[in-house]
Amino acid sequence: MATITASPPRIGLPGLLKSRAFQKLLLLAVAAAILVPLANARWASGTWPSALTVDFSEPLAKASDWIIDNRDSHPLFLYFFGHVSNVVVIAVRAVYLTLLAIGWAGVTALGALVAWRVAGVRLALGTAVAFLACGLLGMWVPTMQTLALMVVAVVASVVVGMLLGLAAGLSDRMDRVLRPVLDTMQVLPAFAYLLPVVLVFGIGVPAAVLATVIYAAPPMARLTSLGLRGADKEVLEAVASLGSTARQRLLTARLPLARKELLLGVNQTIMMALSMAVIAAVIGAGGLGDRVYQALASVDVGAALAAGIPIVLLAVVLDRVTGAAGEKLGAEPEPRSGVRWLVALIGVVAVAVAGRLAGRLDWPEAWIVGIAEPVNRAVDWMTAHLYSGVPVIGGTADWAGHFTTWVLDPMRDSLQALPWWGVLLIVAALAWVIGTWRTALTAVLAMAAIGVLGVWKPSLDTLSQVLAAVAVTLVVGFAVGIAAARSDRLERALRPVLDVFQTMPQFVYLIPVVALFGVGRAPAVAAAIVYALPAVVRITTQGLRQVDPAALEASGSLGATSWQQLKQVQLPLARPALLLAVNQGLVLVLAVVVIGGLVGGGALGYDVVFGLAQGDLATGLVAGGAIVCLGLMLDRVTQPTERRAKKGA
Amino acid sequence: MRVRKTALVAALSSLALLTGCGAADMTKQASPFANAQGAKTVTLSVQSWVGAQANVAVAQYILEHELGYRVDTVQVDEVPAWDALSQGRVDALLEDWGHPEQEQRYVKDKKTITDGGELGVTGHIGWFVPTYLAKQHPDITNWKNLNKYSHLFRTPESGDKGQLMDGSPSYVTNDKALVKNLKLDYQVVFAGSEAAQITQMRQFAKEKKPFLTYWYTPQWLFKKVPMTEVKLPPYKEGCDADPEKVACAYPHTPLKKYLNSGFAKNGGKAAAFLKKFEWTTEDQNEVSLMIADKKMTPEDAAKKWADSHKSTWKKWLS
Repeated sequence: MATITASPPRIGLPGLLKSRAFQKLLLLAVAAAILVPLANARWASGTWPSALTVDFSEPLAKASDWIIDNRDSHPLFLYFFGHVSNVVVIAVRAVYLTLLAIGWAGVTALGALVAWRVAGVRLALGTAVAFLACGLLGMWVPTMQTLALMVVAVVASVVVGMLLGLAAGLSDRMDRVLRPVLDTMQVLPAFAYLLPVVLVFGIGVPAAVLATVIYAAPPMARLTSLGLRGADKEVLEAVASLGSTARQRLLTARLPLARKELLLGVNQTIMMALSMAVIAAVIGAGGLGDRVYQALASVDVGAALAAGIPIVLLAVVLDRVTGAAGEKLGAEPEPRSGVRWLVALIGVVAVAVAGRLAGRLDWPEAWIVGIAEPVNRAVDWMTAHLYSGVPVIGGTADWAGHFTTWVLDPMRDSLQALPWWGVLLIVAALAWVIGTWRTALTAVLAMAAIGVLGVWKPSLDTLSQVLAAVAVTLVVGFAVGIAAARSDRLERALRPVLDVFQTMPQFVYLIPVVALFGVGRAPAVAAAIVYALPAVVRITTQGLRQVDPAALEASGSLGATSWQQLKQVQLPLARPALLLAVNQGLVLVLAVVVIGGLVGGGALGYDVVFGLAQGDLATGLVAGGAIVCLGLMLDRVTQPTERRAKKGA
Repeated sequence: MRVRKTALVAALSSLALLTGCGAADMTKQASPFANAQGAKTVTLSVQSWVGAQANVAVAQYILEHELGYRVDTVQVDEVPAWDALSQGRVDALLEDWGHPEQEQRYVKDKKTITDGGELGVTGHIGWFVPTYLAKQHPDITNWKNLNKYSHLFRTPESGDKGQLMDGSPSYVTNDKALVKNLKLDYQVVFAGSEAAQITQMRQFAKEKKPFLTYWYTPQWLFKKVPMTEVKLPPYKEGCDADPEKVACAYPHTPLKKYLNSGFAKNGGKAAAFLKKFEWTTEDQNEVSLMIADKKMTPEDAAKKWADSHKSTWKKWLS
């Protein structure tokens, strides 16, 4: 009971909600007063009662054995999965061979000219520079492999996503079915479904492409449905009054009206596919991700960075170009656009043929610049001088030690010491106060599912790491975000930094993180912060900047200082954005829990890595499922009702 | 031309697929990146440790420069590598530390994998302390005295117990059971990856701090951080049968090579060469050290080794 009375002060709520929140809590307290003694009498308090767990290891191990034994002979595999896998191999190969046949000059020209047509001269230059940089770093062939895989995965994701989105956008019943599925996919960490995919398709490109599609299709589906549902009612009525059929309406009005959302969907899909293409290196995707992963084995940060930079460049270029294409959509079409496309096309063909004739299809080896050595020297210097014994402030290892003993340990121990029903009650209270009874129920069920899966203790360990990481991320993120919102120069300077950290494959900074903080939970938290910080900073800055200038001016004319303005006008008005930042911070931190498992974070992240490494479906899948449940719970607990209402539009 | 032909093949075969004729055997599907420019390709599996990289680098060098193959490498963990080998996604696995369950399933029952002979290197897993520590406390190298020194090994992660550091989850380990069954006042901390473990060991060694770790030979790191093995109760055949009750040391394992059965039969010169590939622990360490410590690319390291050991690898080609 103490847990309930303790929770309200933690949530600072504006006056209007307060009475309703109090009612909800009161109701919850009454329910708890009846249920808790019952539960306590039936099952002991303390950790999750073993009577309420279900052991999935037996059936999962059986399923895994069945798949391995029948993979080469069962009709399901021969006539279905086999063909799927075959089509993927053929498609990737076709794209890859095409890219190789065009040669490096041709590919660079193609990229630059497409960027020129859809996004303008500056981005065209950027694209060309990015491709040339990939070559200079000696990563041309891996870049092409990743690109080939990406092209196939993105096309497939867009098609699948659009079909799902159409279904959800046109039929309310499909929407009700798909919405929770897509919501869940949103918080599903990428590592969690590598294992089942590998089991069915085996190591290699088909598995990697399919995992990428599963990961990248949901945003497309979401945005397609959103675009279809958001179409202006009056326009649709006007079109309907012209006597057009449903299909005509869809093709001539609803889809064109939704093109902004569709392009945003493509943009999101590309970004997610790229990040997954790197993670999929673990299951044999080849390409750049594989280079990063192999460099990790020889503890070679420089080599990992050489493969990581092309990924960052590709991501930034693809993001900017698709983003610019989306912005251009609303504008008037340029005159003679067809002629310019033709010019672009001829340019590409000319460059490709010239490259062929010159016999320069492969990137010349003499043009490769080795960056590995200086980078490694820099990392060595950094770790040698910062690790410990820095006067006054102590070394990074000392900080990590203090953080572990003073923050992580008490948090983990107190979470694990809470009775299981206490944890459920806290979750219910938090989720209900901020959302509806539905979100609260989902959150509680997700948390209970973790107990049923039998991984209560490690999940709370992971939860403590996630909460600690999010707390630090939010403090730093809000501070930097507020500073960036107040200074244009700082925001411009931050942009490339944030881009790099958002797109850099996490494998690259595993070694520096361990070198600075030692093995354990502290480096896992550090890696999570690095990954989640850019999004939090971005959302905070954007939220603050979108605050109505009139409100600011009004308060300014009343003589408020700039600090008062921030505290009393900007921050309260940006509250939805700040809550979104909290929500995104949590989801992102959770997404890299598995990466934390690679540096000593233990708990669920380690179990997923273990499952993948040992082909142990039971351990890996259960831990992956628990991460999903944690994600669902945290998402619901931090998802304000306003946001849900908007989504349902 | 080749492009158009590929596109045509792609279009036709997808048509064939859509009409649903014929079975598609996934074991017959190679990587889409293989044979890119008309060369014969061999795909080798590399495991995450550097020793395995050294094997593959040298095999790759000779396959490419002496036999005219193109070599693709795929990095996968040990158990998934067996899977990939059986499906033909990779042709050969050059260093296996003993997986009886997989051997039974794929080599004996399904016959999709063929024994490729020994690598010539003997592997051994054990607990190690840095030699500077063993010199300070000579009796620390016996497990019976570990409890006496557990306070030396405390870290924030292990709390008031000593820390025994374990590495990648893909490695064979009985350490949790060992700590329990030998009643040691230690906590097993999983570094989660070999990269993390090595980085941490080097940081400790730089400051001459004590540490106790799960480690294995042959390993290049011994040259950088000299370590001494801690004696565990001696290994006897079968003493590690029940993973819960293990209370003995790890065995010495002759490392083995495995080939995909189809490749072993039809792989021509490449398969014959890989079957004969056999070198010593010293050879492997030499290459590993060049890769991991001097940060040479595996390619350069293999070339350097091959230039100075002609007589060794000539035998593999005969």
